[in-house]
Amino acid sequence: MANYNMNQVRTGLKVLESGEPNVIISCDFIKPGKGQAFTRVKMRNLLNGRVNEKTYKPGDLLEGADVIETSMQYLYTDGEHWFFMNPDTYDQVEADAAALGGAEQWIKEEDICNVTLWNGHPILVAAPNFVTREVVETDPGLKGDTSSGGNKPAKLETGAVVKVPLFIQTGESIRVDTRTGEYVSRGKT
Amino acid sequence: MTGDAAEWRPTAGLAALERRAAMLAELRAFFAERGVLEVETPLLSAETTLDPHLEPLGSQVDAPGIERRRMYLQTSPELAMKRLLAAGSGSIYQVCKAFRGGERGRWHNPEFTILEWYRVGWDVHRLMREVAALIETLLTGSRQLERATYASYADLMRRHAGVDPHEASNRTLRRAVADGPSPVDTGDLDRDDLLSRLFGERVEPRFASDRVTVVFDYPASQAAMARLNASDPLTAERFEAYVGQVELANGYGELCDPAEQRQRLESDLAFRRRTGRPLPSMPSRFLAALESGLPTCAGVALGFDRLLGLDLQVRSIEELISFPVERA
Repeated sequence: MANYNMNQVRTGLKVLESGEPNVIISCDFIKPGKGQAFTRVKMRNLLNGRVNEKTYKPGDLLEGADVIETSMQYLYTDGEHWFFMNPDTYDQVEADAAALGGAEQWIKEEDICNVTLWNGHPILVAAPNFVTREVVETDPGLKGDTSSGGNKPAKLETGAVVKVPLFIQTGESIRVDTRTGEYVSRGKT
Repeated sequence: MTGDAAEWRPTAGLAALERRAAMLAELRAFFAERGVLEVETPLLSAETTLDPHLEPLGSQVDAPGIERRRMYLQTSPELAMKRLLAAGSGSIYQVCKAFRGGERGRWHNPEFTILEWYRVGWDVHRLMREVAALIETLLTGSRQLERATYASYADLMRRHAGVDPHEASNRTLRRAVADGPSPVDTGDLDRDDLLSRLFGERVEPRFASDRVTVVFDYPASQAAMARLNASDPLTAERFEAYVGQVELANGYGELCDPAEQRQRLESDLAFRRRTGRPLPSMPSRFLAALESGLPTCAGVALGFDRLLGLDLQVRSIEELISFPVERA
C-alpha cells in the first residue's frame, strides 16, 4: 500500500498504526510561530473501535491500510465462523465473532451485509439497518390490547431479544432497527 | 453543491469582510493616536529569513536590470522594517501580507495578514503592555476581556508541565513528552522541539479564553531575533501573547548587535544545510543596516486574521479570508 506524508493525511484515510488498521477521524496542523510543525491525528482502530491520538512530525509517513467496505451476502454459520459471499464474484470469506461484534444476533441467511475487509479478511460486519424477523418466544399478551402502554421482551428467530408492545404474539414478524436494537413496527404479513 | 461548482465563491461571509475592514481602521486609529508611522516595505525581496522552521516561498524574477534573480515572498516584514529603523524612521508599524510555505490548518493559511510594529527606545515589557492594550482595544465584537496576565515561560512550564525548562535534562523532557496525551516519536526531536511540544500540550490549554496571556523570558535557545536577558543569559527578551490557546503575537527586545546576529544567522544556515533544507543567501543588506546601527527598540508581529477570528468567534481561518489557498 501507499505511504502518506503529512500533506496527504486527511479525514477518512485508512492507515496502519502499530500494525493495526485505523481510520483517521481528525487531523490538526499545529505550528508555533517559532518552532517545528506537528500534525495531531485522531484515529479509530478498526479492530477494537478505540480512539487514539498521536502527533507526527512533518517528515513522518503513515502506511496506508488495505481496507475496503463492500456489500456481501450472508450464507451460514458453523457456530464458530460466519460465511459471506461476494454476490458478483462468488468469492467467500469467513468472519469470526470479533468481526461480527453482535451482528450475529440479527442476521439471517441471504441478508446483504456491509463487510469491512482488511487485506481481504473481514474485520467488521454490520447487519442491515432494518431487518424483519419472526418472534419465536414471548409472553402471551392480552388479546385485543392494541394500544400502547407497556412492553415485554421477545426473542427473535436469529437470537436477539427486543422489547415489543404487549400485543405482539409468538409467530409474528416484526421490523427492528439493528443499530439501536429497537422495535419499529409489525412486519409485513 | 459539489466543491468544484462552488469554488469561485469566497469562504468568508460579508460580516467577516466588514469586520476586517472596520478592525483595520481601528488599528490605524490606535497607532495614529500614538504617533507610530505606517510604512510599506517590499513583499518580494532578495533577502529572507533563515529561520529553519519557516519555509519561504519564492520566485525567479526577470526585469530590466534584474536578471534571473531569486526572490522571496516575505515570511514577515522584519528584515526590511529594521532597515527603516536603522535609517532613522522612529517607531513604525505595517499591516501587510506574509507568506509561509507548508502551513495549512485550522489557524494557518500559506498567505496571511500580519501586523508588525517597532517601538524605538522602549523595553520589551513596555511593548508587552501595549500588545495587550491593542488586543483589548480591537477585540470588541463579542467579548469584553479581563485584565491581561503576565507569566514567565519557566514559571508556566514548572507549574503545568512539571519540568524546569532551563535545568531539566533532555531525557526528562523526552519522557515528559512521551507521557503526554498525544504521543510523538521523540527519537529525532531536539531540545527545543521537546520544550515546544510540552508547552503546546501542557501549558497552552491552561490559558484563559477571556483574557490576554503574555508569556515572557523564553529560553535563550529560542531567542530567534531577541537579545538575551542581561541579568539572566539563560533567557531571551522574547514574549508571546495568547488569547485562550490561540497564539496571537511574538515579540522581542530586538537584538541590535550585528556580530551576534550574524552568528545566529550562520548557525541557522548550518542547521538548514545539515537537515537538507533550502539555503537562501545571507541577508547582507539587513546585516549592513545593523552594522550601521539599529536603535534600541522592541518589536512584535501579530497574526491579524487570528485576532479577527477571536473577535468573530469563528472556528477556522477560512471564515475570515476571502479565498483560502485551495480557492486562491
